[in-house]
Amino acid sequence: MTPPLIQIENVWKEFGDQIVLERLSLSIAPRSFVALVGPSGCGKTTFLRMLLGEEAPTKGRILLDGKPLQPEPGPDRGVVFQRYSVFPHLTVLGNVMLGLDLKGAPRIGRLFGARRRAAADLARALIAEVGLAGDEGKYPAQLSGGMQQRLALAQALITRPRVLLLDEPFGALDPGIRAGMHELMQRLWHETDLTVVMVTHDLSEAFTLACRVLVFERLRDRAAEKHRYGAVLAQDMAVWPPRIAGQPTPPKRSQAA
Amino acid sequence: MNANDKLLPSLATMADTVARMAFSADPRTGEVQLWVDTSASLFRLLTGLGIAAALTLLIGLVVGMLPVARAALAPVIDVVSMVPPLALLPILFITLGLGEVSKITLIVIGVMPVMVRDLAGRVLELPREQIVKAQTLGASSWQVAIRVVLPQALPRLITSFRLQLGPAWLFLIAAEAISAEAGLGYRIFLVRRFLAMDVIFPYVVWITFLAVVMSWGLERLRARAFPWVELGQ
Repeated sequence: MTPPLIQIENVWKEFGDQIVLERLSLSIAPRSFVALVGPSGCGKTTFLRMLLGEEAPTKGRILLDGKPLQPEPGPDRGVVFQRYSVFPHLTVLGNVMLGLDLKGAPRIGRLFGARRRAAADLARALIAEVGLAGDEGKYPAQLSGGMQQRLALAQALITRPRVLLLDEPFGALDPGIRAGMHELMQRLWHETDLTVVMVTHDLSEAFTLACRVLVFERLRDRAAEKHRYGAVLAQDMAVWPPRIAGQPTPPKRSQAA
Repeated sequence: MNANDKLLPSLATMADTVARMAFSADPRTGEVQLWVDTSASLFRLLTGLGIAAALTLLIGLVVGMLPVARAALAPVIDVVSMVPPLALLPILFITLGLGEVSKITLIVIGVMPVMVRDLAGRVLELPREQIVKAQTLGASSWQVAIRVVLPQALPRLITSFRLQLGPAWLFLIAAEAISAEAGLGYRIFLVRRFLAMDVIFPYVVWITFLAVVMSWGLERLRARAFPWVELGQ
């Protein structure tokens, strides 16, 4: 058994008096695709923000590769939000190259000459990979919602993060476009050395993509109890038949609802 | 038209005056009056606005990005923006003298609070997701400032610069009216004593023309340099 990539040890999260999440303990294996589901307000996004380093747990700790998580967002964890994931002032190519620019040029944040050309080639390959070839010069406002999320994926993947965090990335898309995105997401997960944690409110999406589904739920949800008890990890299901990274199964009949 | 009208000059008189002021050198000094006035005024106006824009960029980004700086500076800026700049004019003349410095300072003080608040507001408007996203791509705070915040703040700074052209002209002419040796406002208030409407009218038209051209040029510059702004709307 490989050691877990992410380990969550008895994590609680409180905002003031309000307990949001309690008694969370779980570990996530490398190369897994974990979907997080649950009703609105059950702390799914809060959990993702803790993994991101944007929020710190009130109690307990989160380990990445056995080491405590950096307390702020960093390049080992990529993210795609439902909205505002791409930069409106950069072209498609500029958006994807940004990660390489930032890494290669700490002071001016921009590469030049041969290093820039190398970065651009890398970015173009990834842009083609997500199906945006030919749109390199466009600005995000000129792309549809689905294309913007494809761009966001390419942008997040160029820095080769250990973990990719997805916060309802396909929630705002039309069903037809969403099916295409699922296909892309599956392909990227199989082909890239990537562990994915995805928050979604769409159960069928969770089972279409993930190899493991976590359900967060407030077990005590009466008005008087809302403040005193947070959501817990109510269910932890492995998807059957097992999905294993790098071994794509031929698509059965359409699973997208 | 009444040829004896002492207040409203005829078009012919105005044309003569324009020819004298704008196209012929003054026999005493050898200089073209309108050109001397225009260059003196534009120098003050653009220096003042330029300094204001540079300071705005610095202060606006710091106030917008750093909560600590915002807590410290925002109330100060709010109070300073309430001081009527023209009431400060005598103080500026007394402390900084009657030369260029006091006039340029008046323009800077007059337009800067509005510009700083506008720019800081724009920076605060940027979605939190963008900043987090940049951090996950490995950006340091400095890199967030120059690659994410600055390029999205610049077009707003240009717009705010353009909208402050009006107030800037106001402060310039007010300062020149009190004390100067050349300048468009100075000339208007000098010849006012002789009811020389044949000079005042063309000068007002000329000032308006300059302001319109500057405004138009800035708008073109913004559209050219930041094409993505229009797309997003």
